[in-house]
Amino acid sequence: MSHQTTLEFNNAMYKGSISLNTGLFIDGQWVDPVEPDSIYVINPATGKKVASVSLGSSKDVDLAVKAAQKACKTSWGLKCPGTQRGKLLARLADLMERDADQFTALEALDAGMPFQFAKAANVGSSIQTLRYFAGWSDKIQGKSIETNETKLAYTRREPYGVVGGITPWNVPLGMLCWKVAPALATGNCIVLKPSEMTPLSALKFASLVSEAGFPPGVVNVVNGYGTTVGQAISEHMDIAKVSFTGSTLVGRKILEASAKTNLKVVTLELGGKSPTIVFDDCNLEQTVKWAAMAIFVNMGQSCVAGSRIFVQEGIYPQFMEKFTAMANGLGQATGDPFAPTTQHGPQASKAQYDRIMNYIASGKADGATLHAGGERHGTEGYFIQPTIFTDCKAEMKIVKEEIFGPVAAILKFKTEEEVIEAANATTYGLSACIFSENISRALRVAHAIESGSTFVNSAQLIDPAIPFGGYKASGIGREQGEYALETYTQVKAVHVNIGLEI
Amino acid sequence: MPGTTTLDLDTSSFKGSISINTGLFIGGKWCDPVDAHDHAEIINPSTGKKIMDISLASSKDVDLAVKAAHKAYKTSWGFKCPGKERGKMLLKLADLLERDADQFAAIEALNVGKPYHVAKAYDVMGAVEYIRYFGGWADKNQGNVIETNEAKLAYTRHEPYGVCGQIIPWNFPLLMMSWKVGPALATGNCIILKPSEMTPLSALKFAELVVEAGFPPGVVNIINGYGPVVGQAIAEHPDIAKVAFTGSTLVGRKVMEASAKSNLKVVTLELGGKSPTIVFDDSDLDQALKWTMQAMYANMGQSCVAGSRVFVHEGIYDEFIQKFSAMVQGLGQTAGDPFSANTMHGPQVSQVQFDRIMGYIDSGKSEGATVHTGGERHGTEGFFIKPTIFTDVHPEMKIVKEEIFGPVAVVLKFKTEEEVIEAANATTYGLSCCIFTENISRGIRVAHALENGSAFINSAQLVDHGVPFGGYKQSGIGREHGEYALSTYTQVKGIHVNLGIRL
Repeated sequence: MSHQTTLEFNNAMYKGSISLNTGLFIDGQWVDPVEPDSIYVINPATGKKVASVSLGSSKDVDLAVKAAQKACKTSWGLKCPGTQRGKLLARLADLMERDADQFTALEALDAGMPFQFAKAANVGSSIQTLRYFAGWSDKIQGKSIETNETKLAYTRREPYGVVGGITPWNVPLGMLCWKVAPALATGNCIVLKPSEMTPLSALKFASLVSEAGFPPGVVNVVNGYGTTVGQAISEHMDIAKVSFTGSTLVGRKILEASAKTNLKVVTLELGGKSPTIVFDDCNLEQTVKWAAMAIFVNMGQSCVAGSRIFVQEGIYPQFMEKFTAMANGLGQATGDPFAPTTQHGPQASKAQYDRIMNYIASGKADGATLHAGGERHGTEGYFIQPTIFTDCKAEMKIVKEEIFGPVAAILKFKTEEEVIEAANATTYGLSACIFSENISRALRVAHAIESGSTFVNSAQLIDPAIPFGGYKASGIGREQGEYALETYTQVKAVHVNIGLEI
Repeated sequence: MPGTTTLDLDTSSFKGSISINTGLFIGGKWCDPVDAHDHAEIINPSTGKKIMDISLASSKDVDLAVKAAHKAYKTSWGFKCPGKERGKMLLKLADLLERDADQFAAIEALNVGKPYHVAKAYDVMGAVEYIRYFGGWADKNQGNVIETNEAKLAYTRHEPYGVCGQIIPWNFPLLMMSWKVGPALATGNCIILKPSEMTPLSALKFAELVVEAGFPPGVVNIINGYGPVVGQAIAEHPDIAKVAFTGSTLVGRKVMEASAKSNLKVVTLELGGKSPTIVFDDSDLDQALKWTMQAMYANMGQSCVAGSRVFVHEGIYDEFIQKFSAMVQGLGQTAGDPFSANTMHGPQVSQVQFDRIMGYIDSGKSEGATVHTGGERHGTEGFFIKPTIFTDVHPEMKIVKEEIFGPVAVVLKFKTEEEVIEAANATTYGLSCCIFTENISRGIRVAHALENGSAFINSAQLVDHGVPFGGYKQSGIGREHGEYALSTYTQVKGIHVNLGIRL
């Protein structure tokens, strides 16, 4: 029998107690791991321990897969009509909405996300994603294909069965819902591994799964390390598909594990070094706000962070003046995620803090100009000032590699052709933002940039209805939108002979 | 400068001379490999004798081809060439292939051992129709406009990958090439194609048609070579954005691993199978027998969808096996020269395959199965194996579990629908299945319950260019054919245009 922990909150944004079961959630029950192991959850705003949760191993993954297989064959999958699956997902969305403040508090505590941002952009969008896919559940459609009059040919989009979902620490609840919602809508059962750094919202989520009435085994949550639980999922012979969001480095391991085991289908949402392109015919005041959002939202811990900012030389001085003011203003709004004035929180962990500070050091060493920020904020927790580097060159580490922190690299450009080439000169291809009031130019550039998403005169406005995913080494496959239904189903073609004799 | 070899054929099915360039086709030109010392001997499997030599490439040639393909993609293909122009060229290519159908059928019969009339009707005409079908899709590649709110225009584009690698097998060389070339070119990609080094001749001849049809140089590049050399170079190449492979599951794994270790290129795999044929006691037995024959013995069993496990309801077992045996023996009597009009059963493609299949036949015998018919070499020349049936088999035997890729059927009895569904699904493969019953509910119920990418009811092998094809489980990843193939060869870009949200 696993354990409960109660977290007490008493601050301006949230007052209350949240009880969480800290075990593994398998087959609708809370259980201890087969081999006892646990991890401390750290509050990145203070560096202090706030809870301890159980960690599983490959043995627990085996149990979860068995439970999921059983559910697929008896109470879920094609045994449970889409309308019923949709109803349960919609109920889950309602329960999450009822408990929105609790979820927000957990994310702010666990990931350091400023409360107001977490409520709208993380919890709010999670609810929307669940509700969106609830509506798709009974609209999974194949095709009827005309060939000739002696044949009926049609396709079915069938669930894979048991899918694995491995999610990151940057937007813990949101990324979990991006996997759970389409997977369940299409009739799969899921074995989830949240990040061991940010497990709390997944544990609360599991309790709502029970409350909403999902049959046991449909959703399983196995906290653990990537190298143990993540690897076990990637290698598992009875998991037919895995979807991973995280670093490109780990994404490779997952694809390799699939190649060496059962060739499970792999969807990857990986890193990025997304360009923001500011033309001199943009609306400057709006552009500066969007560009700041693109890089500094969630403390730069966003796969679509607009971390390379290309500014056309005609507008460069004005842009830099306003952008620097915004970055510094944000720096002044740094603090406790639970304070109402906070817009900039800590980085998620000590390891991430160190990594980002190393990149800042490398920027200085490579000869870029530290234009703003560049230092730790305060003395407690993992806060880094919003940082801007200018005089950047394409070969610098800070321009080539994904920093995943509040560090913008600014580059100048002259012409449209030049900036398209420079923006595309990366192995990544996740997102791009383009600012211009000239419609032809904006769309021309949007089409020419090698990215899975392109934002014109906006940034970060990801929507559950619009497909999302990477070009090049930023990923494989698409989530969100009707496209996600394809990602979580496999096509069966049925050929019925209605008159051909041989 | 590479040469051409002229093949002079004087047979009852085909008389004429066919000249084939032996080099590499890169950037619209024929060239020698950079390291010009490797050749492959191409063998006629009906006789075991050499037909001709061809050049073999290395990774250096793949690099040159990728450069040529990228240049074409940026200047004369991809977005620079409207879909309707791409479609027009594909239609012309199909017309040229149809014009030269006899030559291509002769090449396949000579190189692969297929009966000439089958090669013409099924392989060559199938390839013609396939390319024509995708010629028609070329200007119909559509994204979506997605409603979100009034301050935003959101739409998707389905964009080509750019340069795609395509690695094809030896069992249906021309047909498999058309399955790759059709959708890749229709959607605007440029391709680096590696045929099997055993059966490259139709691809080499096809390159001439690519030029004649007017494709810009670099759009189609054909590089012959070994899998571990050229195939590996393609799978690892940092500037190839997507690779599609048809072949064995073993090699499919290597392709995926190479992607994981290089640039995470998107991988489509069409792999092996151990497809079940299920014959219920309420089937039209006469038709079921004929279709089961085709499912198993077409192309000498060298088909990824070969119906190699035949499950027969105990109520009709005795009658089935008696008639099936007679038909299979009759097929064996038509074994012979692929160019003879009476031949329905040709050789296996190579000595290696011959040995492999005979190894499985030996294993069947040593594991205690009964050779009901066949089980031996046919004749003394070439790689002919008699169509073979094993009975008294059980699920643990190698011949029941592993893909043989030869004319060897295993026949099993069953009692109930539930039992046969479970038995048929007890495999790591999931490519295809055939179900014979006159009861519509049963037919469809079983088709839905079997874990396969294709299900054929009261038919077999009728793969259609409009209907998606691909594997469940370890039989593959992704789908070819039909509108679904357009998704296989494009990547989705979501475009979000702000029409009024102000911060």
